Amino acid sequence: MKSVFADRQFNFLVATNVLVVALAVVFAGDTFLSLYNFQSMSAQVPELALLALGVMLAMIAGNGGIDLSGIALANLAGVGSYLLMRDWVSVDEVPLAFSWLFALIALLIGLAGGMLNGALIAFAGLTPIIATLGTQLFFTGLAVAFTNGSAITLGYIEPLDNFGNTPVLGLPMCFTLFVAIAVLIGVVLRYTPFGFKLYLMGSNAKAARYAGIPQRRILLLTYTVCGVLASVAGIIIAARTSSVKWDYGSSYVLIAILIVVMAGVRPDGGYGRTVCVVLSATALQMLSSLFNFLDISNFFRDCAWGLLLIVFLATSRVDLRAFISPRR
Amino acid sequence: MANAAATVAGMRDVPAAIRIMRWFIRHPPAVTFLLVVILCIVVGTINPGFWQVSNLFDMARSTVVRGLFALGVLVVLASGGLDVSFTAIAALVMYVITMLVTNYAPDLSIWPILGIAAASGAILGICNGLLVHALQAPSLIVTIGTQYAIRGFLLTFIGTALFMNIPESMDAFGKLALLRYEGANGAVATLPAYFLVLVVAASVTWYILNRTLIGRALYAVGGNAGIASRLGYNLRTVHVFVFAYAGLLAGIAGIMHVSSNRLANPFDLAGSELDVIAAVILGGARITGGSGTVLGTLLGVLLITLVNNVLILVGIPSTLQLAIIGLFILAAGAMFSIRPKS
Repeated sequence: MKSVFADRQFNFLVATNVLVVALAVVFAGDTFLSLYNFQSMSAQVPELALLALGVMLAMIAGNGGIDLSGIALANLAGVGSYLLMRDWVSVDEVPLAFSWLFALIALLIGLAGGMLNGALIAFAGLTPIIATLGTQLFFTGLAVAFTNGSAITLGYIEPLDNFGNTPVLGLPMCFTLFVAIAVLIGVVLRYTPFGFKLYLMGSNAKAARYAGIPQRRILLLTYTVCGVLASVAGIIIAARTSSVKWDYGSSYVLIAILIVVMAGVRPDGGYGRTVCVVLSATALQMLSSLFNFLDISNFFRDCAWGLLLIVFLATSRVDLRAFISPRR
Repeated sequence: MANAAATVAGMRDVPAAIRIMRWFIRHPPAVTFLLVVILCIVVGTINPGFWQVSNLFDMARSTVVRGLFALGVLVVLASGGLDVSFTAIAALVMYVITMLVTNYAPDLSIWPILGIAAASGAILGICNGLLVHALQAPSLIVTIGTQYAIRGFLLTFIGTALFMNIPESMDAFGKLALLRYEGANGAVATLPAYFLVLVVAASVTWYILNRTLIGRALYAVGGNAGIASRLGYNLRTVHVFVFAYAGLLAGIAGIMHVSSNRLANPFDLAGSELDVIAAVILGGARITGGSGTVLGTLLGVLLITLVNNVLILVGIPSTLQLAIIGLFILAAGAMFSIRPKS
């Protein structure tokens, strides 16, 4: 790493963030810059960004890796955990214990779901697309079956609600947690043997095999981490919306992939930076909030996300280096 | 010779059960067929109402749209790609055409409508194909993008309202009966004529896949794109063709959907992509490309339709439907992933 500005993708994303803020100030005025708006945006980023981090990990692993089951697992974690807990622990008597146990069981569900994905891909030999497509339906189906297809309101559970909505030192707690997780993933990918092996596996699976890298174990671990990330997203969703339902965030599969592609992660594996995914998620969130300010319909937003995805796939094909830096 | 004899003898030593299992693993459509038969027998025993002609006709009716989609997905899958934008294409085509025909040419007969739908579907499909080829990205990701772009375009710029008064010709086409059956209690069950559209589409797809050069080319590209291109197959032609064909079938499926439901709802069809892909995978097409048959796909469609229809007949809550289809995909995927590479 020669300098902080050596990474084109990073510069591009920083520029995009600045551009979106500038556009927002022009079109939406000063209200966009208010502390309240930034707090509400930073409370919305984590759930999407966590799912995107999962997709990033799956893509880095190569072999056509992708995780389509993220939001389904997040919803299942919320639904399953609440339904299990409801009969065991009283919300009214011990709200704090309830919140912690809720989070714990949701994490366990995420762990199990992620391991299921990992086992299907690493040991049963399914391609990631079909495995996560199947588990996406399966997880959604379980959530539908548990709830009979209706949303469940959690009511006001103070500790959980605080976690999702109340700022501490100016930042919502769920955002702080998300930053911590992102830093952890970034460090693990960059400085640990696991990260090194993961990148090698994605860039050249054959070389990785001959180098004696335990591919199956790493795949299993990667998808398990994806599952855990999804369940954290599920906890945040439950905390923020005070409800759990099976069809929350139906376009999140697209948006998570869009964030990852915009961050320059290569769909064939071997390359992807955590910080870029985070920046790309914030840019998209600010753009989405800007659409809100301008009263643009949700349908148009979907249309814009779809077009953006294609545009970013296209730009990653065109090498802009020749135009950007005349040196070399 | 002695060696060969030994292997033959060795083969004979393998227990019959394992040999049968191996045969089934090599012939995925047979497994699907077996599942269909077992399901029919079990459900028929639990609830004899299953075998009523009206129920069978109902199922035949509901295979048409899914079957048309599935044939498109089969062709894309055989060439090594994956398409999830077909439902959006179908929704856009059906809504726009129904609206235009009702407003500007209410007397248009069904054939030109079908032709226009097929052509506009194919044009959207060509866009997909060109994008997939030009961007060199996984076609799943590209078509997720086009799916949202198309659906968002439809709902933002064209309309979100239900369209109840569909053109006369489409309404008549939906009601046209191929077979009529009068039950013992006087209830009349009809097999709609548009079922024939699926039959024709299946025959054409079979012909393309098995009897034409482009069919050979797309299996070759699905098997190994690198080798196929060195052998002189034009990858761009194949990509554009498969997505155009999938779009064409999607356009026709959209019109079928309107004709059979007698209304055009722009929110319809969304979310049924996974069902369709599941049907094709269950029919034995490998997601990595290079395989898949029309017969297998139709059996897969039949199986998914059965699962969707019979759960209620045997008293399984319909809320479990999604989970069961998900399990089916996983089971089929796992089984075909251990298929020996022949």
